Amino acid sequence: MKWEIVIGLEVHAQLSTSSKIFSGASTAFGAEANTQACAVDLALPGVLPVLNRGAVERAIKFGLAVGAHIAPRSVFSRKNYFYPDLPKGYQISQFDLPIIGQGGLTICVPETTTEKAYEKLVRLTRAHLEEDAGKSLHEDFRGMTGIDLNRAGTPLLEIVSEPDMRSATEAVIYAKMLHTLVRWIGICDGNMQEGSLRFDANVSVRRPGSELGARREIKNLNSFRFLQQAIEYEAQWQIDTLEAGGKVQQATVLFDSDKCETRAMRSKEDAHDYRYFPDPDLLPVAIDADWIERVRKTLPELPLAKRARYVADLDLSAYDADTLTSSREMADLFEATLSEVPREAKLCANWLMGDVSASLNREDLDVAHCPISPQQLGGVLKRIADGTISNFAAKEVFKTLWSEGGDPDVIIEEKGLKQISDVGTLEAMIDKIIADNTAQVAEYRSGKEKVFGFFVGLAMKASKGSANPAQMQEILKRKLSNQK
Amino acid sequence: MIKFSLLQLGDALRSKKISSVELTQLYLDRIAALNPELNAYITVNEEMTLAQARAADVQLKQGEGGALTGIPVAQKDIFCAAGWRTTCGSKMLSNFVSPYDAHVIEQFNRAGAVNLGKTNMDEFAMGSSNETSYFGIVKNPWNHKTVPGGSSGGSATAVAARLCAAATGTDTGGSIRQPAALCGISGLKPTYGVVSRYGMIAFASSLDQAGPMAHSAEDLALLLNVMAGFDERDSTSIKCETTDYAQDLSKPLSGLRIGLPKEFFAAGLGADVARAIEASIAEYRKLGATVVDVSLPNSRLSIPVYYVLAPAEASSNLSRFDGVRYGYRALEYTNLADMYEKSRAQGFGEEVKRRIMIGTYVLSHGYYDAYYLQAQKIRRLIAQDFSDAFKQCDVIMGPTTPTTAFNLGEKGDDPVQMYLSDIYTIAVNLAGLPGMSIPAGLGDSGMPIGLQIIGNYFDEARMLNVAHQYQQVTDWHTRMPQHVKV
Repeated sequence: MKWEIVIGLEVHAQLSTSSKIFSGASTAFGAEANTQACAVDLALPGVLPVLNRGAVERAIKFGLAVGAHIAPRSVFSRKNYFYPDLPKGYQISQFDLPIIGQGGLTICVPETTTEKAYEKLVRLTRAHLEEDAGKSLHEDFRGMTGIDLNRAGTPLLEIVSEPDMRSATEAVIYAKMLHTLVRWIGICDGNMQEGSLRFDANVSVRRPGSELGARREIKNLNSFRFLQQAIEYEAQWQIDTLEAGGKVQQATVLFDSDKCETRAMRSKEDAHDYRYFPDPDLLPVAIDADWIERVRKTLPELPLAKRARYVADLDLSAYDADTLTSSREMADLFEATLSEVPREAKLCANWLMGDVSASLNREDLDVAHCPISPQQLGGVLKRIADGTISNFAAKEVFKTLWSEGGDPDVIIEEKGLKQISDVGTLEAMIDKIIADNTAQVAEYRSGKEKVFGFFVGLAMKASKGSANPAQMQEILKRKLSNQK
Repeated sequence: MIKFSLLQLGDALRSKKISSVELTQLYLDRIAALNPELNAYITVNEEMTLAQARAADVQLKQGEGGALTGIPVAQKDIFCAAGWRTTCGSKMLSNFVSPYDAHVIEQFNRAGAVNLGKTNMDEFAMGSSNETSYFGIVKNPWNHKTVPGGSSGGSATAVAARLCAAATGTDTGGSIRQPAALCGISGLKPTYGVVSRYGMIAFASSLDQAGPMAHSAEDLALLLNVMAGFDERDSTSIKCETTDYAQDLSKPLSGLRIGLPKEFFAAGLGADVARAIEASIAEYRKLGATVVDVSLPNSRLSIPVYYVLAPAEASSNLSRFDGVRYGYRALEYTNLADMYEKSRAQGFGEEVKRRIMIGTYVLSHGYYDAYYLQAQKIRRLIAQDFSDAFKQCDVIMGPTTPTTAFNLGEKGDDPVQMYLSDIYTIAVNLAGLPGMSIPAGLGDSGMPIGLQIIGNYFDEARMLNVAHQYQQVTDWHTRMPQHVKV
């Protein structure tokens, strides 16, 4: 009998505020240790937290983006535990009254060799604001531990899903969609290397239709690959354990990325009692309808809505629409290019997913740093669309624009890339080719139609690629057969 | 000069009758002479103090400065002051020199006041007798065998013994009013939120409030003018309309309605204290006030509620004292957990540890609803009692403490007896209301008795008016302990 894997994710997104959630210290990454920790972050005696309005607005934005309930009143609580990189001895978080209530995110799982593509709603339980801890550095201190409090107090949005995912693949797609979404709405830079997005995965297995099994929580996964590997390993371990007659105990586990395995950190029995209680230093957060509406006005069109619109209105394939909405920068570039050549959605899509993406990849650039502007790219596509240049010549223009910049029309002019559509010119050129290659003409006329390609090559060469291919072939065919 | 009010001192300084350095030196000399016996100060730093006095003299010479310029004020050692050792009365912070100023310290610095030193206090403000300080007991200047009260006992003794012109205190359950009463001085705990808590080492955040301690209501008003004010660094700080707390001092009291809660005059109140309070109420009638009986039925629950909520907040507030970044760290330990345990076991005193234990317990899984949540509900009922009472009266009066100062060591072994000495003051903190204590007589043993005045929210100016008018027709606030040499 088959096993069903059940996964819920807790995603920690570092919010892109310039200062910390409860202090004025900078959140910039990579500064020298403890240079971005002020008195509040160090938890000096007597200091007090003050909530960063920007963090609240980012949480509201997220709530709106996932269609969630935004609490008119939410409360910060203290989560008490001792750890050297937790300066106050408690983390300010939200407990029973989070800022964001239930919402949902639809994931699109693509086709595989065994399964058709499908969509699925992953329900969100809640999302709440909290502060990040500092970092403990266990190396380079000769048996001691170093503490860096630069990260302490960085705002986090913890996004908690229901256990709605049924495979590591679904979990990774959900995680990637969240990654796209938080960058899309501008609340998190999504930089995985810097820990801007981190995952805890709750994994259990069961026989389909039966009660949920005991779950183990894999802590602190910081890449999609590790997320996938950790869930796969953990699920298999649980299945093996159960099939061997063993029991799975609720526990917190860590993923060892070197050995590619999960290891128990602590069991349910020695779980902390965090002694949550409302933080008396902070007032409840009150959010009125006006504030929500003001934030709503700043929300861009969301990826799923865009995707649907591309398919329905622009007649693009689901695959194209997915790719073009993989990031806001990509979608913006697409739409800006499309506005130059409004009827050529497919042409724009092809070029963005083809030459543009390939060139960006080759030079390891992200879309935002694309050296060709939408106006330049649109200028090239316009000339393809109106027949001025061939697709072949367009690649040449693109290359020039990429490395040197400039105006596409000027480049076309200077390089003589305009298609020759003048019948007289083309006929004269072809007459000369036919006259110069009598042997091949004879072959063609004797029925060896493969030789046609040879003539096309010669014609393109003679026109330096600028012959209108359709017209040129039409004339070539007529001339070769006329004299049969 | 040590009998001068703050206004008189200000005049003397501005008219060059005395310089700030001279005045400051006068107090420093008194501290040098009397503090070894009284132990009111934990830290005195003549160099830093005199530097401030010299700066004040420059300002005065140029005709600049405000009401407090050049006046020496003692600061409770709960306020962080840049460059000053700030201990909160604990071994845990015995080596902590603050790198920053509390809001209250900033305000006094801005007003030109001279920081005379850091006064003794119960450890982390937990105590009612000043016997829990790591830096030793403080003696009541009226009788060296008795306690000055707590937790602001050092400030109360310093004011009473004329070891400063005025002082600051903090009041979480009565820590300004009770020592003020026991030492025969005036003290005011403002409405919660009037004085910023930024830089004031937290005991119980939802109850802590700083306030002035001095010889008269008039002095308190001048000090509160300096201390109060919105501070964006404290999320519970409130923008108040009142800008001058002295504005109503001279208003007549005719028509004033005084509420007397029957619960404040029940069993447990000393007969001499009761007589003194009745006499002062009679004085108020002469001033034109009327008296109404009111009831605070839930106030009897204020001590148990307080001893759930305050330790709960304290247990969390004191978690930062872990030996990692600053403060005391055990000399020997085997691992991280051992370092935490030994540092905290050795760095905190018995009373602090008792409250951390209580607080940790009431917040624990399975007990939270029964203790913490229940206590919060009763807290609201207690506040509601006051709202109901204030529909019938303008101010509430009663004794500040059930008895006059008790003997040193008398209640040390019995925490509950000690906690009961705050029975009349705690409800005011739970409700967030302003309360004050002013001298209102001497008891059978010749020790001072305090009259407590409780006002409605943000009604400090009226309370000060009520106290000031009483002090115009009585002289209790001018009495000095016999031991104190002038």
